[in-house]
Amino acid sequence: MRSHRLISATFIVLPVVVAVLFTSLLVMLVGNEPGEVFQTVWMGAFRNSNALAAVVNFWRPLVMVSMGLVITFTAGLWNIGVEGQMMMGAVFASWAARSLALPHPIQISAEIAAAALGGALWAGLAGVLKTRLGVNEIFGGVGLNALANLLAIYLISGPWQPPEGGSAHSTTPFPANSLLQPASTEFPVSMVALGLAFASIIGVTLALRGTRWGLQLKATGKSSASARLMGVPTTRSVISAMMVCGMLAGLAGSYRVLFTYESLRPLVSGGIGFLGLLVVLLAGIRALWTPFIAFAFAAIMAGSTRLRVSLQLDASLAGVLQGALVLLVLLSNGLRGRVVEWSDRRAAKQAASVSETASPGARHE
Amino acid sequence: MTRKVSLAVVIVTVMVALTLVPVFAQDEFVFGMVFVGPENDRGWSQAQYEGGQYIEQNLPGSRMVFFPSLNTADNPETTLMDVAQNMVDEGAKVIFTTSDAFEEDTDAVAEAVPDVVFINTSGDNVLTGEAPANVGNVMGQMEWGKLIAGCAAGLTTETGKIGYLGPLINGETRRFAASAYLGARYCYGLKGGNPDDLQFTVTWIGFWFNIPGVTLDPTEEVNTLYDTGADVVLSGIDTAQAIEIAGQRVANGERVWAIPYDFVGSCDIAPDACLGVPFFHWGPAYLAVAQAVQDGSWSPSWDWVSPDWADINSDQSIVGFLQGAGLSDENKAALNGVIADLAGYATNPFVPDSFALWAGPLNLQDGTELAAAGQLVDPLDVWYLPQLLQGMVGASE
Repeated sequence: MRSHRLISATFIVLPVVVAVLFTSLLVMLVGNEPGEVFQTVWMGAFRNSNALAAVVNFWRPLVMVSMGLVITFTAGLWNIGVEGQMMMGAVFASWAARSLALPHPIQISAEIAAAALGGALWAGLAGVLKTRLGVNEIFGGVGLNALANLLAIYLISGPWQPPEGGSAHSTTPFPANSLLQPASTEFPVSMVALGLAFASIIGVTLALRGTRWGLQLKATGKSSASARLMGVPTTRSVISAMMVCGMLAGLAGSYRVLFTYESLRPLVSGGIGFLGLLVVLLAGIRALWTPFIAFAFAAIMAGSTRLRVSLQLDASLAGVLQGALVLLVLLSNGLRGRVVEWSDRRAAKQAASVSETASPGARHE
Repeated sequence: MTRKVSLAVVIVTVMVALTLVPVFAQDEFVFGMVFVGPENDRGWSQAQYEGGQYIEQNLPGSRMVFFPSLNTADNPETTLMDVAQNMVDEGAKVIFTTSDAFEEDTDAVAEAVPDVVFINTSGDNVLTGEAPANVGNVMGQMEWGKLIAGCAAGLTTETGKIGYLGPLINGETRRFAASAYLGARYCYGLKGGNPDDLQFTVTWIGFWFNIPGVTLDPTEEVNTLYDTGADVVLSGIDTAQAIEIAGQRVANGERVWAIPYDFVGSCDIAPDACLGVPFFHWGPAYLAVAQAVQDGSWSPSWDWVSPDWADINSDQSIVGFLQGAGLSDENKAALNGVIADLAGYATNPFVPDSFALWAGPLNLQDGTELAAAGQLVDPLDVWYLPQLLQGMVGASE
């Protein structure tokens, strides 16, 4: 048992070390000092409250998407469509931001509700395609992502274009009343949105641990066929898992338009949904680990802006580090299984030989 | 216990990291440049980057920090605010946000960082009064460059069909396309053609450069323009697809040409297919800003800088036109004559401030009168051109 724990610990630490070494090697190959690079990323992320705010502002949508993906992964679904669900959340929130003019708290609530609805509907569509028409959620998701992007681009360059003319760049900025307000100039983060993020972390964790719905998702994820035989409503599980994930993705998308960019822009989801898939894979689909890994990713991403500014290094080095991490962790998970199996077999063999030498003596007595 | 230890380790690491912040040399002058595309795009962003290098070469102790490709497709995790904060922490005293795409964000960031000067290139929020007091605007009068480019196209076209590869649609891009059209009509007439027979088609891709899945593909659009009969394509986008395609077609024996844009070296991509390039030389204007910020004399202004008419290709001219190897000797001579005429017009003290050829009778695309016969178009009406001109084919909004 103790050796298992040791093996587990080794296989958690090892991929991180290897990923860092691999990235360092790359950095050295392009003629830079790895220590300086990591320090620069660190400074980029944490040198002052403004830098920390940039990390939090990227973490906020990332963690919401990731928590949603914990749900779909638990239900055994590869929700590739999460990017499009973010986009639909952004589009619905933008619609509310442009068309409604209510007192600020009601306005924001309406925008957030619209975003949740948009994301949930788009995800629900992928769920229905899967359960009713047998379209794998991966293919459905890819198609729906493209459609959501096209819809956004159509709105940006068509009906919602700025008065000076059509571009695929941005809609007119939304009125101030429609925007989430930063806490302060030193720490420009929306506390309302941050509250929502923490609520979603707690909500998802509790829902998966302590509710019948969470159990049903797990059963569906482990084996849909046996779950159905046991009386679990698997169709409902799949669609509800998708819709809850879509809702959280929609909320994530709304932050990008109501706070980060203050307007609807193409690709405003920014690959955050796909990054969320990596985060959840790295977390081993554990709800409690997810926020921390998302934070580490956000810090590396935001910190690497500094790489460009200070060292003239390509900021995509951060992507290399993240990609290496995920690959190595998945690889090491596979390896760990083998090593545990091997050490169990060896222990069993040892136990067998011990009992073999011990048992004749017992007979003599 | 272990949690306390790890917390202590984190705190110590943060403190050590903070003390290691490089101390800025006293006489160093740091300036930031933010580009919408890569700094080696052989177009708009590269011209901006070279403007920054010009400051470094001519202002002792100056150092550029820059961030390329700031757009939602290439750097979704980064906003102008993050980039500017990083530059300010590096010691930047002035930050050039070198794209129309940064116009609104620049104002918001400048408000948050009031003791740093921001120069938004090509914007007009200082003119409209929307910008905070630490924002300035710089733009070159590329209308002249586009008139000349259009003229080179009008002199050269054999099919009487000219294509214009436009980015997104706004006042700037409409007035540049329209300037090229006016130059093309004029010079098509000089060669003995009937200007009304000239076909001038504008295709907009939707952004300053190609973003797969978001914009139209400029490569495809250039090919379509050539395939539908145009033999000269002028580029209005940030990147060099038009001249690349023209080069390939010339290599295949076709009689086509292109006129790239923005970057002085872009004819080198395919010299024989290149009629010339209207380019920006941002260095002198940016240097003046940097010096003014350094000595404390800077004040906000909206600068729409005219070329140096003594020699538009001199080191002091913000806008120039470099002739390409694809332009015939006869047309080179004709073009030089036109450039001399433009210089004469622009420097004539008896002609009110205006752009040559922007004179009535001129109508907007929907038939609304822009200028009656004998009337000149006011420069600000050119700046805010609300539609393409009558006779041009293509969308106005």
